[in-house]
Amino acid sequence: MSKSTLTRRGVLRTGAVAGAGVALPTIFTSSRASAFTNEPTGGTVTLGFNVPQTGPYADEGADELRAFELAVEHLNGGGDGGMINTFSSKTLDGTGILGKKVEYVTGDTQTKSDAARASAKSMIEKDGAVMISGGSSSGVAVAVQGLCQEAGVIFMAGLTHSNDTTGKDKKANGFRHFFNAYMSAAALAPVLEKMYGSDRKAYHLTADYTWGWTQQESIQAATEALGWETVNNVLTPLAQTDFSSYIAPVLNSGADVLVLNHYGGNMVNSLTNAVQFGLRDKQVNGKNFEIVVPLYSRLMARGAGENVKGIFGSTNWHWSLQDEGSKAFVKSFGTKYGFPPSQAAHTCYVQTLLYADAVQRAGSFNPCEVGAALEGFEFDGLGNGPTLYRADDHQCFKDVLVVRGKENPESEFDLLEVVEVTPRAQVEYAPDHPMFAGGNLGSCNPGA
Amino acid sequence: MDAIILQILNGLDKGSAYALIALGLTLIFGTLGVVNFAHGALFMIGAFCAVTLNRILTLSHQVVDESRKDFLGNPLKVDVPYVNDWFGEAAGATIIDWSVPLAILFSIPVMIAIGVIMERGLIKHFYRRPHADQILVTFGLAIVLQEIIKYFYGANPIPTPAPDVFRGSFDFGVLLGFDPNVIIYPYWRLVYFGFAALIVGAVFAFLQFTTFGMVVRAGMADRETVGLLGINIDRRFTIMFGLAAAVAGLAGVMYAPINSPNYHMGMDFLVLSFVVVVVGGMGSLPGAVLAGFVLGVLESFASMNEIKSILPGIDQIIIYLVAIIILLTRPRGLMGRKGVMED
Repeated sequence: MSKSTLTRRGVLRTGAVAGAGVALPTIFTSSRASAFTNEPTGGTVTLGFNVPQTGPYADEGADELRAFELAVEHLNGGGDGGMINTFSSKTLDGTGILGKKVEYVTGDTQTKSDAARASAKSMIEKDGAVMISGGSSSGVAVAVQGLCQEAGVIFMAGLTHSNDTTGKDKKANGFRHFFNAYMSAAALAPVLEKMYGSDRKAYHLTADYTWGWTQQESIQAATEALGWETVNNVLTPLAQTDFSSYIAPVLNSGADVLVLNHYGGNMVNSLTNAVQFGLRDKQVNGKNFEIVVPLYSRLMARGAGENVKGIFGSTNWHWSLQDEGSKAFVKSFGTKYGFPPSQAAHTCYVQTLLYADAVQRAGSFNPCEVGAALEGFEFDGLGNGPTLYRADDHQCFKDVLVVRGKENPESEFDLLEVVEVTPRAQVEYAPDHPMFAGGNLGSCNPGA
Repeated sequence: MDAIILQILNGLDKGSAYALIALGLTLIFGTLGVVNFAHGALFMIGAFCAVTLNRILTLSHQVVDESRKDFLGNPLKVDVPYVNDWFGEAAGATIIDWSVPLAILFSIPVMIAIGVIMERGLIKHFYRRPHADQILVTFGLAIVLQEIIKYFYGANPIPTPAPDVFRGSFDFGVLLGFDPNVIIYPYWRLVYFGFAALIVGAVFAFLQFTTFGMVVRAGMADRETVGLLGINIDRRFTIMFGLAAAVAGLAGVMYAPINSPNYHMGMDFLVLSFVVVVVGGMGSLPGAVLAGFVLGVLESFASMNEIKSILPGIDQIIIYLVAIIILLTRPRGLMGRKGVMED
């Protein structure tokens, strides 16, 4: 007669251990089993696209998503290949990434830091995303970049323009292709001097959050270096919709230039209000009163309608550029969707190709090897001329566009005209520049 | 002095919007006893009535212009509005230019219909429910309405300009003996203030001088007694809900050229309008109007650099600060009546 060793207590204990093991999030189990977080093991690799699908930047998010879909299509050999054909690096051949078919999942940032972190976390833990990209706000970019650093995946930032993203909040796992506030100011200031002279008095209205602060600091420094005087800088709440009570004091401040350090809906409303108050028809100090919008978004400038006419600003990229990369991207995107891409779409598309190329060159999805491949990488053919992904801060350095609201647009997309392509050398700065000080890139985290 | 006059003007047009929304809120609360958190959405829908009429008037057919190219290098397809074909280019352009004022006529039946459908379809089921339930259901409705608008119109603001004759600014300074260009104010904002005054006057006249208004006022005072007299007060209150929706909608239509409409604009005004209602006194129509203008002007003054240098951040809290002070010193608000919202 055999004696069974099976006891009720033993079954419960074994069950509890097995259950806990099954229930353990993949972010922990995978890191134990693999060399890095979410190492792709099958025939596919999953990318996570975290864009605002709801909230005030939903249209910009939708355009980013279109660009991501197009990039994935091109990586997998679909469509006409877009900028893969013009990219100076020739590792991408339409067979996915390292032979694995590219799949993607999407998250909704809602343009809220906590929601963006939650959706990125979900894509990493539940969907096995090996890279996160997208976004339309610096607050979100900084938050998600931090999460990706902790989780051990690469973050390829979308539209984020604050100096802090690659300044005091930079992370080893985060990379930014988009330009920043310092670059906008460095590109814009000489054009402003040429157009409006060096004897000007500027009044700033500034969105009261990280991007607004760094944008204002940058443009103030750049214009004061020209000889401009800063009369006042007034911080405006991010939720402000009617700026009339902030515009009225400008009228008799002695200023002859109004700088609107606003983006999105803030920019649309403040610019509209300023024009309504007749600022552009005023003469102050014997000069025409002028308005400047340091960061333009063509997609959102539509909201301001005719008020953008003649107003100077800067942008990362514009669909009217005639280089081979831009033309290829506009053709692919325009043919697929029926309208030209925005700068947000461009940067997201480029970031996806850059990531895929870096993996190909590294021969691995390991974020530390991918990061090493991106660091110091020089490339061309992606729409902004010769570009460097600087190793010191993971910021791309490339030409910057100075644009002006078009006087006679031919279509609803034809709002801005490029007045100057500012060469990369003019917008470069030292890694330890005071406006970018205080942060530490740290070391790469593979999540293992 | 010039800065003070400018901020008073600013406050009056801001107060106009608050007053119109708060007036509608108070009408609904006073007649139906419903706390309507969807009222900001009605303001937003009004603005989108202006957008919609503009889109209707600019409905176009395309003509290929071989001499110009689109962004892909193909011959450019130029949109030609049908109104240009029907009325000639000059008349067509004028009609499109006046789309916002024309939207007043368009929005009245649309907003009354939306109001009546809202009241009959949803809100009437919550008359006897606690105010918390009413707030939850109407707030939910507001979110649904704004998501519907976002689905059809997108999330970006849509420029909806005023007619050309109202662009530019009026030089108030010259009128008051100041130098030219010292106190200038946009024409359309002056129009908005005048329009708001007209609507407020019309609503008060309607309630004061018509039999319908008299019955409604009697119903607001004592609903049961009016019902016992054989008057169908519910039907009249439904119509009042429609009228309140129309007032909010008209406020939205005329606001469209001031700030480009977006799906979220109703929420931006909603909370402030409720504060206006509470400060004015729950159920008091004159109180809502008075508080709207007072808070609008105070908010403008609080945005002055001179004030903010003494009290940083005051522009963000002034309305709530005033609300706290008013409620501490006059718990029923500026013109509130005894017994309203006190049971």
